[in-house]
Amino acid sequence: MTEHLKAPTVIEVRDLVTHYGTRQILNGVDVDIVQGEIMVIMGGSGSGKSTFLRHLMALQRPTSGVIKILDQDVWKLPQKDLFNLRKKLGVTFQAGALFSSMTVGENIMLPLYEHTKLDRMTMQIMARMKLEVVELAGFEDLMPSELSGGMIKRAAVARAIVMDPRILFFDEPSAGLDPVVSSQLDDLILRLRDAMGMTICVVTHELESAFKIADRITVLDKGNILFVGTVAELKSHPSERIQNLLNRRSEEAELDADEYLRRLMGEKLEAEGMTR
Amino acid sequence: MSERAKANIVLRFFDRLGRMSEAALEELGRYGTLMVESLYWLVWGQRIGQPVRIGALFAEMMEIGVRAIGIVGIMAAAIGAMLAIQGIYSLKIFGAEGHVVFGVAFSMVREFAPLITGILVAGRSGSALSARLGTMQINQEIDALEVMGINPVRFLVVPSLLASLIMVPALTFMSMVVGLWAAGAYVNFALGMSLAAFMDQTISILSVNDLLHGLGKSAIFGILIALIGVINGFMVKGGAEGVGKATTRAVVQCISAIVVTDMLFALVATL
Repeated sequence: MTEHLKAPTVIEVRDLVTHYGTRQILNGVDVDIVQGEIMVIMGGSGSGKSTFLRHLMALQRPTSGVIKILDQDVWKLPQKDLFNLRKKLGVTFQAGALFSSMTVGENIMLPLYEHTKLDRMTMQIMARMKLEVVELAGFEDLMPSELSGGMIKRAAVARAIVMDPRILFFDEPSAGLDPVVSSQLDDLILRLRDAMGMTICVVTHELESAFKIADRITVLDKGNILFVGTVAELKSHPSERIQNLLNRRSEEAELDADEYLRRLMGEKLEAEGMTR
Repeated sequence: MSERAKANIVLRFFDRLGRMSEAALEELGRYGTLMVESLYWLVWGQRIGQPVRIGALFAEMMEIGVRAIGIVGIMAAAIGAMLAIQGIYSLKIFGAEGHVVFGVAFSMVREFAPLITGILVAGRSGSALSARLGTMQINQEIDALEVMGINPVRFLVVPSLLASLIMVPALTFMSMVVGLWAAGAYVNFALGMSLAAFMDQTISILSVNDLLHGLGKSAIFGILIALIGVINGFMVKGGAEGVGKATTRAVVQCISAIVVTDMLFALVATL
């Protein structure tokens, strides 16, 4: 843990506030991710973790706040520099997001084809090397539709790491996978960090997977950071809310009769207010 | 009904009208933005390391243009023959069947060739474009492009737009030739006028202006089809059902836009 904090910060988020329409999703989030660590971002549905990831990938402009990736403020960068920064990031989406019109090999070669001037032979060799890393050797001529869910995710990892990125993002790596395949994917994530020294940021709600891979965990709850720290610190944390999350207890929402009535009536009053 | 309730209905009407106008303006804005953005990538893309790939352009031209040759040819022939049949039937009233060439030549080149080509390409490619982009959108493939540092407009939209701009006029020219040939064949059968004489007369009647009228219009149709297809695709929300809705919407909008533009173009060009 302490040795991680000595490493340079690669992602720095300060006071991130974001809205969907008028609904506030993140209320001033601060996070530092240091080089070479696996940071797991956890939280229940609606905690804002997916939105947070979209901001880290610079897909969505926040209402306010600063996101610095590799010391560059992503929303102040000129377009060309943002393109160059993106070459240093790899992303594995929840469902893989492989291009269905291309073969697995073409999918993996696409970033090379677009960003480098390598000849095709070299690109093919590089793509095969990455397929070896994710244990999919020999699958490059298949279409994504011919692969299983776990294989699609691994192929997506191969595409994400083909440019040897410095930071790798994972959106729900275990979603829709059986425990064995999901555990293999966790091993792959650990291997990537150890072998290639990547900084890895994983968004998940799977506790088991998070405990296995995380160096540090950030827990988001209703748009606020509830906790940042190591797995051991999380497990021994005194907060009831965190313990409920860890032990999968549902929280008893406090029932306020007035509030409940106001909620029931609220929409109607608002609708009238709109047309009045 | 109380005064208050009446006032409420009026207010609600204006509220809805306002919202609808806002949405319509927003969508119009999207078309403008996309058009400008496409031009930007076409001109500047190379300089910031995001060139428009010639391979992608050819692939799109193949899909939008070459693969449509068969159906456009058949439809153009049917329309040409139809024009000749109707022309002869109506001119017979005045005993002026010989003048059928005028009607056929003008209406085929100025009106029917661009219109039928536009409608067919809208049905084939406008819908395909919006289905493809819509599926890519819900599968996060568009996001994937973005995070890889590949601009989706440059990578997906510009080739389609350019291909449509080139291929719709090309197909229109083909349907003019095919339509006139089919009309000539019917005239030959019905009136005994030789095909050579029919073509000769057609060429002497038509001016370059007429040809440009048809082709210019079809270029606009080409842009409209691509833009409408793309915008509807990008706007897809809500899974497979969303893709279906977007596809339908794209085709309906394409055809409506083509017909209205056709009328406006004819109005302006003949002033």
